[in-house]
Amino acid sequence: MLVSIVHRMTGAALATAGLALLVWWLTAIADGTDAYAEFTRAAAHPIGLVVLVGLTWAFFQHLLSGIRHLVMDSGAGFELETNKRFAMLTLAGSLVLTLAIWVPVLGGLL
Amino acid sequence: MSLGESATPLGKVEGLGSARYGGEHWLAERVISAALLLLGAWLIASLLLLPSLDQRTLSEWLSAPSGAVPMALFVITAFVHALDGLKVVVDDYVHDEGNRFALNALLLFLAVGAASLALFALGRIAFGGAA
Repeated sequence: MLVSIVHRMTGAALATAGLALLVWWLTAIADGTDAYAEFTRAAAHPIGLVVLVGLTWAFFQHLLSGIRHLVMDSGAGFELETNKRFAMLTLAGSLVLTLAIWVPVLGGLL
Repeated sequence: MSLGESATPLGKVEGLGSARYGGEHWLAERVISAALLLLGAWLIASLLLLPSLDQRTLSEWLSAPSGAVPMALFVITAFVHALDGLKVVVDDYVHDEGNRFALNALLLFLAVGAASLALFALGRIAFGGAA
């Protein structure tokens, strides 16, 4: 239940903020070094970092619970224990993947 | 479009059920999700494997077909998937038919516009020459 609602919320965040950021990022790369420096400056700002870490988590959470939904669409994984374990795995997995990416990056910044 | 009570089970799964659109679209959503799963994994892996994330490295990466083509596919697939998802949210929570139609139309315009902007940027990176 929780993971299903989170799937929807992370999806909405990725579809709006995530895609807006993707368009900005690609446009900045196309515009050249000055525009890209502006992008990285915003990204390295504390608010930018919170947004990026949040979207990274949303990406992995949505990806993993998306796999869960694809499995469930096939008719599998509806047993109460299996279903709950799979849901918990998506939460643990997204946390681990987000930390794996950002701990080295943030460690480098400090 | 809805045949209501008179719809047969076959008619419902063929797209004439209570949702007013149907089975093919449901399956297409799943196929697109699976494609985005692969492209998303490609994107994360690529970003982690690139020697650096400065503008020069990124534009070199996106100038080559091996970077430009999957990125273009990622952009298109991500926007189609985002539109599919947002439409579900709008259809679930916006009950007035006029507002629902207007909001879905607005989202379609925004998605097509933003996706075009992203693809045009990719074109500039690949063909612009000014890396």
